[in-house]
Amino acid sequence: MATIELKQVAKMFGTTYAVKPMDLTIQDGEFVVLLGPSGCGKTTTLRMISGLEAVTEGNVYLDGEDVTWRPASARDVAFVFQFFALYPRMTVYQNIAFPLESTHESKEVIDRRVNEVVDMLRIRPLLKLKPGALSGGDKQRVALARSLVRRPACFLMDEPLGALDAEFREAMRAEIKRLHNEQHATTVYVTHDQIEAMAMGDRIVVMSNAVVQQIGTPAEVYYDPQNLFVANFIGSPGMQLMEGDYSAGNAHMPGGNVYKVPQAWRAALDREIGQGKVVIGFRPEAAEISADGPFTGMVFGIDLHGAYVVLHVKLVSDQIVQVRAPRDHTYGLDASACFDLNHDMVRFFNPTTQQAIFPEASA
Amino acid sequence: MAIAPARAESFAATGPAEPVVESVRVDQIMPQAKATKKARMILAVITAIVMLIPVYWMATTAIKPRPDAVSAPPKIFFTPSLDGFIGLFFDRSQIAPGELEKYKERTDLSFVEQQALIRGMKILGPSKYVGRLVNSVIISFTSTALAVFLGLLAAYAFSRYEIPGENDWLFFILSTRMLPPVVVTIPIFLWYRALGLYDTHFGMILLYTAFNLSFAVWLLKGFIDEIPKEYEEAALVDGYSRMQAFRKIVLPQCVTGIAATAVFSLIFSWNEYAFALMLTGDKARTAPPSIPSMLGVGGIEWGSIAAGSLLFLIPVVIVTFALRNYLLRGVTFGAIRQ
Repeated sequence: MATIELKQVAKMFGTTYAVKPMDLTIQDGEFVVLLGPSGCGKTTTLRMISGLEAVTEGNVYLDGEDVTWRPASARDVAFVFQFFALYPRMTVYQNIAFPLESTHESKEVIDRRVNEVVDMLRIRPLLKLKPGALSGGDKQRVALARSLVRRPACFLMDEPLGALDAEFREAMRAEIKRLHNEQHATTVYVTHDQIEAMAMGDRIVVMSNAVVQQIGTPAEVYYDPQNLFVANFIGSPGMQLMEGDYSAGNAHMPGGNVYKVPQAWRAALDREIGQGKVVIGFRPEAAEISADGPFTGMVFGIDLHGAYVVLHVKLVSDQIVQVRAPRDHTYGLDASACFDLNHDMVRFFNPTTQQAIFPEASA
Repeated sequence: MAIAPARAESFAATGPAEPVVESVRVDQIMPQAKATKKARMILAVITAIVMLIPVYWMATTAIKPRPDAVSAPPKIFFTPSLDGFIGLFFDRSQIAPGELEKYKERTDLSFVEQQALIRGMKILGPSKYVGRLVNSVIISFTSTALAVFLGLLAAYAFSRYEIPGENDWLFFILSTRMLPPVVVTIPIFLWYRALGLYDTHFGMILLYTAFNLSFAVWLLKGFIDEIPKEYEEAALVDGYSRMQAFRKIVLPQCVTGIAATAVFSLIFSWNEYAFALMLTGDKARTAPPSIPSMLGVGGIEWGSIAAGSLLFLIPVVIVTFALRNYLLRGVTFGAIRQ
């Protein structure tokens, strides 16, 4: 297994950057997810690691070795495609054996190794079938088997679950994760689904507009987004963002609400903003419904999520935010709703720089 | 027509007599739709029969004795004769009246000679038709193979690589087909004579390959464009070279395209008449221009001409029939993209 290192790697198509210069070090055995909306450069980054795309600038290192200009076939990586790319004219067995045949392994070795991965992925009954006869989940299992069989230095997966039904997707998510834990294989995984990213990644690289927005553990990108993009993109729904005017420890919201900024944040806000616009961000679960909460509004819509409800609260500023509330309480449409924010879970952003503001302690 | 609306109404009210157990749109099982379908089928059968009349005519003429072949009105019933085929494969001459009796008494005559004798003719030797048919086979099959091979490489390059001025190149390639062959036969004849390619197999193969190549590039490019490039990329990361990926992945996937291209190229070079007439004399002459040359010897030998045409049809029919499943895809390629 191997480490992957990108040093100032960038890709241009014509005169526009598909990926702006980025640095990324992936530890041996780590599961890193590249996450971002479509067109953000995450797949291009993955393809540059694989050698299917030549870099414009920078260097790619596999296990400390500079492989920037080595072809894909000489990099010892396995690539799992979104649409599986199983060879349609070969049987499942032939598909899985195909990578081994390139190195002219003996029939016995090929047979043994194919059988190993076939058992690992529980696809033995499929061996004689052609890919066309397989379900989406099975196709992906075969594609995984084909990548595993060569025992590559690292796995590169390009939205491997994107083409699957929701039901298969969750099952395969667990399977891929388990496979990763068993194999302890360095894996780079591309997805636009932040739930998938949160569930699977040891670390998440959030990308947008060809730029890396944040690199961190799922908890870090969820609780401490570094900028407004990450705040909004991660989570379902994303972080709720409200803009107000900050001065002397208070945030004056449009419509007349005044939010008293928790003590721990005041110094940082005074320093960063002084007096001016600030964006308050909170997760729906950070809201605490209480009659004397500083944010007032009325119930605009109610979503029952089973264990809890999500209230769409129309604030006095006319903005609608989503707030999680306990289920054991009935809410009427258009009834008034007030809430406060959990002091530990509220976050602040500078609307000009789009960056998060961090209190002194963690700065 | 007066009944139809009433029937349609009753259908709308009661539905079909039998439960519908296949996937079908409602308007397709209405009574009128069924009548239309039947009418269409009858029309198709009639069209097919009309189209096949010349082939039937040719086949029967080939096995009619000479008087029956030219009789008017045409004879439907006749005693089959090998006359046409013998005339096709052998050069014959009329036996002088004085020798006829003596010739008839000979006992060492072969079957073919006996058949010729019925018309009072003797066999001089094999005709040139077989050789020309062989020329046709050599020239058209070789040029087809070359056109498909070169076309495949070019189409792959056009499909997968960024080529400066790609569209201009493709248009240029296509434009070689925009002139009718007759227009260029004279200049090509002059070149070929100067280059020593006149009446050579090589010259004809070269010409037909060049002619088919444009068609092959365009058709195959359509097929290769439809193969997702992920297949090759998968092969590349699996440790194969570009060429290996092409051979092991792309090639098996575009068999359909190759087959369709091959049939169309083959039909073109097999049937080609104008170039063959102008650019070959004797050595490399193909079958198409040699069939009408049978017209002359002692009246029109319709039987031989029909036999020659019939034989000429057979190879192409076999190839087309063998590859028929690919042809429809070839004709409609690009029309249905997934």
